[in-house]
Amino acid sequence: MRWDIVYNNLDYLLWGSYPDGPLGGIAASIMLAVLGIFGAFWLGLGFGLMRLSRSRILRGLAMVYVEVIRGTPLLMVIFWFYFLGPVVFDYNLPEFHSALMAFVVFTGAYVAEIVRAGVIALPGGQMEAARGAGLTRFQAMRFVILPQALRNMIPSFVNQFVSLTKDTSLAYIIGVNELTKAATQINNREVVAPAEIFLAIAVLYFLICWVLTAFSRRMERHLARYQARGR
Amino acid sequence: MGYQFDWSLVLTGEYRDWLLDGFVLTLKISAVAGVCAMALGTLVAVMRLSRVKPLEWSSLAFTEFFRNTPLLVQIFFWYFGSEAFLPQSVNEWLYEQDFEFAAGTIALTVYSSAFIAEELRSGVFSIPKNQLEASRATGLSFLQSYRFVILPQAFRIVIPPLISQLLNLLKNSSLVMTIGVMELTYQARQVESFTFHGFEAFTVATLLYLAVSLTVSFAITMYNKHFLRQLRY
Repeated sequence: MRWDIVYNNLDYLLWGSYPDGPLGGIAASIMLAVLGIFGAFWLGLGFGLMRLSRSRILRGLAMVYVEVIRGTPLLMVIFWFYFLGPVVFDYNLPEFHSALMAFVVFTGAYVAEIVRAGVIALPGGQMEAARGAGLTRFQAMRFVILPQALRNMIPSFVNQFVSLTKDTSLAYIIGVNELTKAATQINNREVVAPAEIFLAIAVLYFLICWVLTAFSRRMERHLARYQARGR
Repeated sequence: MGYQFDWSLVLTGEYRDWLLDGFVLTLKISAVAGVCAMALGTLVAVMRLSRVKPLEWSSLAFTEFFRNTPLLVQIFFWYFGSEAFLPQSVNEWLYEQDFEFAAGTIALTVYSSAFIAEELRSGVFSIPKNQLEASRATGLSFLQSYRFVILPQAFRIVIPPLISQLLNLLKNSSLVMTIGVMELTYQARQVESFTFHGFEAFTVATLLYLAVSLTVSFAITMYNKHFLRQLRY
């Protein structure tokens, strides 16, 4: 076993050639995931609320978006943005941005489902009481439903963030400098230690994802105590 | 926008056959990995429920590790790295077979089995504990209460999440294109690079994936509506 190869390239796996070159390695993966979940949150919130709206058109639009994206492999979505965006819409973006857009659009569909489920899970009395107190539907959503629902959704968001962190590895396929690409580069250069290199980055991904998963489980137990319940 | 659509390119002739071949291979690798993952996942779940500490711990380690690492990395690990720890004779045999397909299948199997094991375990756990206590009190042995009381109920609960795991497997199978398995995504990519008509190729591929996903998820919704209503505690 040649663990020295992993050890010697550890800085490249962690942040790429950063001070002298572009950011890469796991730092870039985390950046993709964080920016991705941030975008996906707002997109998902919008579509999740559209899914709950009373307008049939908005509901239909949101449903098509969610169902189409959830039925398509992420890799397909990445290819759509990478190969077809430039051809169809005449823009030219670096790989990092194409990948990021694909992650936002892909994860947004899953977040929309989380938002919808979170709002539906609240007892109906909350909305009725808020409306009864004279708030408009929008105000009730904004000040009564969402503050409660979003808090209950935090564990699901964390789980979604974990999936996204794993999914950022797909950005390698279109050539984004991130952890998986760093590993394949090292593997191509050194040749003799593929098992060690891929095991090492698996452990790096694992550490992040596992810590977050453990955190979301604790959070779930904690939040369960403070929920508004129906009768 | 300067892009000429040419749908006949991907709907007839050679390129259509490429895409169809890819679709068949996608279904094939998903089916093979799906069956293997169900078997391995059941084994891992049984280990977890076995009440034997070493088995429980190794099952936990297995599910946690494989669920929390990217599938792509696992694929690369099996494809590039398996040579190092498999015996020479096995390696030689593997290289004579379709090694890409084998490595892809192993990666998909192991990854999916970790998720399937979790679904099975949580299905069994979702049966209230007093069901087990009651069946034990009526004189059934531990195994009998599982066999006749717990598992028949858990099975019905667990079917929809299991099927959506298999759907995930189908979508995840697109990743094996990276090691050169010529499945649907690979072929769409091929058509794109041969013809520069990526739009048509990716549309056809997306629609094929969607057709399977939507049909199956519609079936799950119907199942939930009709069969799960009786199971409320």
